[in-house]
Formats: sequence, C-alpha cells, structure tokens
Amino acid sequence: MTWDIMLILLVDGLSTGAIYLLAGLGFVLVFSVTRVIFIPSGDIAAFAALTLAAFQSRMIPGSIWLVAGMAVLACLAECTTLLRNGAARQVPRAIFFYAVLPLIPCGVGLAIASHDVPEALRIATTIGLILPMGVLIDRLTLRPLADASTLILFIVAIAVHFLIAGIGLIAFGPEGVRTTPILDGMVPLPGDILIPAQQVLMMVVALLLSLVFYLFFGRSITGKALRATASNRVGARLMGIRPERAAAAAYLIASALAAVVGILIAPITTMYYDSGFMIGLKASVGAIIGGMASYPITAIGSVFIGILESWASFVASDYKEIIIFSVVIPVLIWRSFAVHRDSDEEIEELA
Amino acid sequence: MSGPLLELEDIHVAYGKVEAVRGINLKLDEGRITTVIGANGAGKTTLLSAAAGLLPWRGRAQYQGRDLARMSAEDRVERGFCLVPEQRALFGDMPVLDNLLLGAYVRRRDKTFVRKSLESVFEQFPRLAERRAQEAQTLSGGERQMLAIGRALMSQPRLLLLDEPSLGLAPTIVRDVLTRVRGLRDQGVSILLVEQNARAALDVADHAYVMDTGEFVLEGPASDLATDPRVIATYLGGSSD
Ligand SMILES: Nc1ncnc2c1ncn2[C@@H]1O[C@H](COP(=O)(O)OP(=O)(O)OP(=O)(O)O)[C@@H](O)[C@H]1O
Ligand SMILES: [Mg+2]
Repeated sequence: MTWDIMLILLVDGLSTGAIYLLAGLGFVLVFSVTRVIFIPSGDIAAFAALTLAAFQSRMIPGSIWLVAGMAVLACLAECTTLLRNGAARQVPRAIFFYAVLPLIPCGVGLAIASHDVPEALRIATTIGLILPMGVLIDRLTLRPLADASTLILFIVAIAVHFLIAGIGLIAFGPEGVRTTPILDGMVPLPGDILIPAQQVLMMVVALLLSLVFYLFFGRSITGKALRATASNRVGARLMGIRPERAAAAAYLIASALAAVVGILIAPITTMYYDSGFMIGLKASVGAIIGGMASYPITAIGSVFIGILESWASFVASDYKEIIIFSVVIPVLIWRSFAVHRDSDEEIEELA
Repeated sequence: MSGPLLELEDIHVAYGKVEAVRGINLKLDEGRITTVIGANGAGKTTLLSAAAGLLPWRGRAQYQGRDLARMSAEDRVERGFCLVPEQRALFGDMPVLDNLLLGAYVRRRDKTFVRKSLESVFEQFPRLAERRAQEAQTLSGGERQMLAIGRALMSQPRLLLLDEPSLGLAPTIVRDVLTRVRGLRDQGVSILLVEQNARAALDVADHAYVMDTGEFVLEGPASDLATDPRVIATYLGGSSD
C-alpha cells in the first residue's frame, strides 16, 4: 500500500467516521436519557437524504405526508392520554407541540417544493421536516412502553425500524437517489492528492457539531438537565425535570443529528428508503464502544469504525461488513468486563 | 393561608398486592417540624415517596389547598414541595456545583435567584463550596448528605420532606444535621422529617407521629411523645422509668 493510497483511505475513513460520530452521539444521548437504542435514527437519516433529493428534483417529498400523518396521530394520542388523566388544561399545549409545530415545516415544504429556491432553504426545510420525526416516532411507539425493560425497548426499536422503512417505501418509492453536493470540487492535499470538498465538509461539520454538543452539555442548564435525567432519573424528577420532556429533547437532538448525517452522506452514497439501517447499525458500533454512555469514547470509536470501513472496502470489499461487525464481539467482551467491574462497585456502594 | 400546608387523609400505598401504607392521616402545619418515627419497614419511606408523587397512592391529599392527585412530582417541585429521598438520588457523575445548580432547575430563568441560593447554600455548607468541582459520587457519606439537602434548598422550598437525613452519620454529626433542620424551620421552611434516630427527631420536632406496619399508632406534640412510656419502651430503647 502506497503512502498516497493510505492518505486517501484515511481521509475517506475520517469522513465516514464523521458521519458515524454524529449518529453515534445521537445514539448515546437517546439511550442515556430513555434507555432506548434508537435504531430508527438511521432511517431518519435516510429520509433526510430522500427529502432533500425530492426538493432538488422539484418534487413533493413523501416525508411531508409522513410527518403530517404522524403529527396528527401523536397529537390524538397525547390529547387522549391527557383527557383520560384529567389534565384537560394541558391539551392546547399538546396540540401546539405535537401538531402545530411539526405541521409548519410541512407547509413550508409544500410551498417550496415546485419552485426554484436557494439550496440553503431546501436544506433548512429538510432539517425542519426531519426534526420532529424522532419525537413523533417515540410518542407513537416507544413512549407507551417507557417502563419496559431495555431488552423489550430494543426489540420494539428494531420492529419500529422495519415499520418505518416500510412506510418509507410507500412515501419515497424504491428508487435510489443522490443529491448534488453542497460543496463541489476538490481540495488539494500535500503530495498532489485531491480529496472531494464534500468530504472535508463532512469532517468540519462533525467537528463543529461535536463542539456545540460539548458546550451544550457542559455549559447550558438544559444540557445539564438532560445529563441529570440520564444520571439519576428519580433525582432529576425531584428537581422538577420532566422525563418526558427530557426524552423529547433527546429525540429532537438525535433527529437533528440524523438529518445532518443524511444530508451530508447523500451526495457521496446512493440512498434508498432502507439505506438507513446499515448506517444506524454501524454508528451503533461506535456507540457500543462508548458503552452507550461516554461521548468521547463514542467519538473515538466512530472514527475508528470509519477508518476500518474504508480500509476494509479497499483490501476486501466483499467482507467489509463482516470485518466491521466482527469488531463488535471483542468490544462487547471487553465492555462486559468493564460493566461487571462497575456494577460490583455499585453494589459495594449500596452496602 | 388558613388550614394545614399539607393534609393527607386515609392514604393507602401498595406494592403490588401488599399494602405498605394503610390509611394514614396527617396534618402538617406551616412553619413547623413534623416528624414520623417508626421501626425499619414501618412504611415511612413509602409514605414520603407517595406524598412526593413518586409512587401511586389512594386517598385524599392536599398541599396548599390543592389536590395532590392532579399534581405530578415535578408540579410539586415547582410549587416548593421538595423531597430529599432516602437514597439521596444525587447526580453522581456530575460535579457538586452542577448538582446544586440543578437543584434550582425550576427557577433556572431567574439568575439572581440562583446565585443568591447558591451563596446561601455555600454559607450553610462551606464544605460543599470547597468541593464544588468534585464529582458527587466521590464525596464522603456525610458530604453527600449535605449535598442532598443543599441541592433541595437551592429552589428555596416551602415544604421539605427529609427521609433520614442523619442516615449513616456519626452521632455528633447527627446533632449537627438536626440543628440545621431546626435552622431551616426558623427561616420559614416547613419540614416533614423521617428519622430512625427517634430521640434526636423528637428533640428537634414540634409535632410527631409514630408509625407501625403501615399505620400511625400515636400522634401528638413531640415533647409529649418523648416522655410517653410506650414510645420510650419501643423506640427510645430505654427502660421506662
Ligand atoms: N419496591 C418495593 N417493592 C415491594 N415492597 C417494598 C418496596 N419498597 C418497600 N417495600 C416494603 O414496604 C415496607 C415499607 O418499606 P419502607 O421503605 O417504607 O420502610 P421504612 O419505614 O422507610 O423503613 P426504614 O426505616 O428501614 O427506612 C417494607 O416492608 C418493605 O419491604
Ligand atoms: Mg425508609
């Protein structure tokens, strides 16, 4: 392997790793707040890509109907629950958050779909449409099971993926899409190597968003409230932090990250309605390396998976998935030792 | 406000089929320390958790004249009803300072309020000020206790439920903690205190209830109960002379 090839593979790996990093942060966030391994976030990323592609070809994206439908159903579900619990006063608020807010980007999307609008507006509308997806999916499928075991939640999350992907087929059709890159052209590296500007963009965006993520959780009281919910749910409730709202915030952030993932990846990979599963699964490997708890280790793990993937697709393209997922096994073994040690400490602490 | 701050009537709490609290009636007056004493497993923690909205319960309950059945745990906190649970429920992987700031979560928009609260908590617990950057899970048992109480005080509650604030502390520190509890009352906080250490609790409280297997068996001014032969025999571990 020459130096040039190694460098290209490295850049390729880093930009793929950047994608897994963004998705991985979402996984860890949602899991730590809700104990759900949110597999459908991969589908949400794919839907972001398909939505932007539809806008670029002047079509109405299926996600508009999807979001509108879920918003109406979620709003009905929420209002029914509220009325049943005798909390009629909260109904207007529920209608606003579950129906009105998600319908705004739907309206914008309908308005701009057939027009020649700036790319930035298309991207913004796409993100706006994707943002409520996590919250709505949660409200409709996972929230009623909030007290179930992690295993049940995981199984349901997988079932939800298949459901969502099925709906994706109806909403977007079976065709694969590629979007036009946000940044065109090539960036020269020392040694006469050219790398696509889009890959540079992926790395820069991942870095910037990681920084925002870090500041949000380290500095803002809302970020701290989310960490508190993850750290001790009862303690958080006793401080007046509502777990449902913390969960909604986590899903919102995870959807935003998934939207960015989908938009960044669509120019370099052909995306289908069901392409999200693989992205989600590989990103979850990074999150598993981070024990579904540590953001920094997840970041390192995701970048590692990205580099491993690009190297594997070069040396043994047919086996790249096998190689990537084989990593999970030693990681899980190592993790299970770590977890055992942790829980021993916990038991000692309680005694 | 007229009437008691907190009023519980015929409260039942069950874990599955087993009733741990059976028909409790309690009135808690504003500006006083009310204590519930009782043996291990009497149902004290269960009663406090239910009152704080963490467990489902049956019966009638009012706080500030409002029906508690319609208030979530978080609604209660917003109205100044705070529980320091037996397990402390600290945010172990977060520093002391963040734990305290989150204590004022319901008042987070009022920056001056949060700053003043923090100053006053640090004044009352200088140890917490020294250790503000330390992770909560690395604090000593006593420091953790202080943090749990300090965190609850951050929102300047009206009613504070304390579940065994002296748990696991050395006898001299127990006195210290209970003196602080009295100090809180003098600042106008109403307190419902659950204590294993019945003698100390009766010393510091104004009014007391004695709980046995899910029911209140005795009630009265704390000073009366402290000299009641039945209480002395069962809970003060002494020969009733
Ligand atoms: N989660 C639970 N599930 C089933 N039973 C429980 C549960 N929690 C408590 N109990 C039972 O309810 C009864 C009352 O428990 P509780 O914790 O309220 O007692 P307590 O008065 O606080 O005791 P202590 O002084 O030891 O703290 C006990 O018999 C206990 O075993
Ligand atoms: Mg107890």
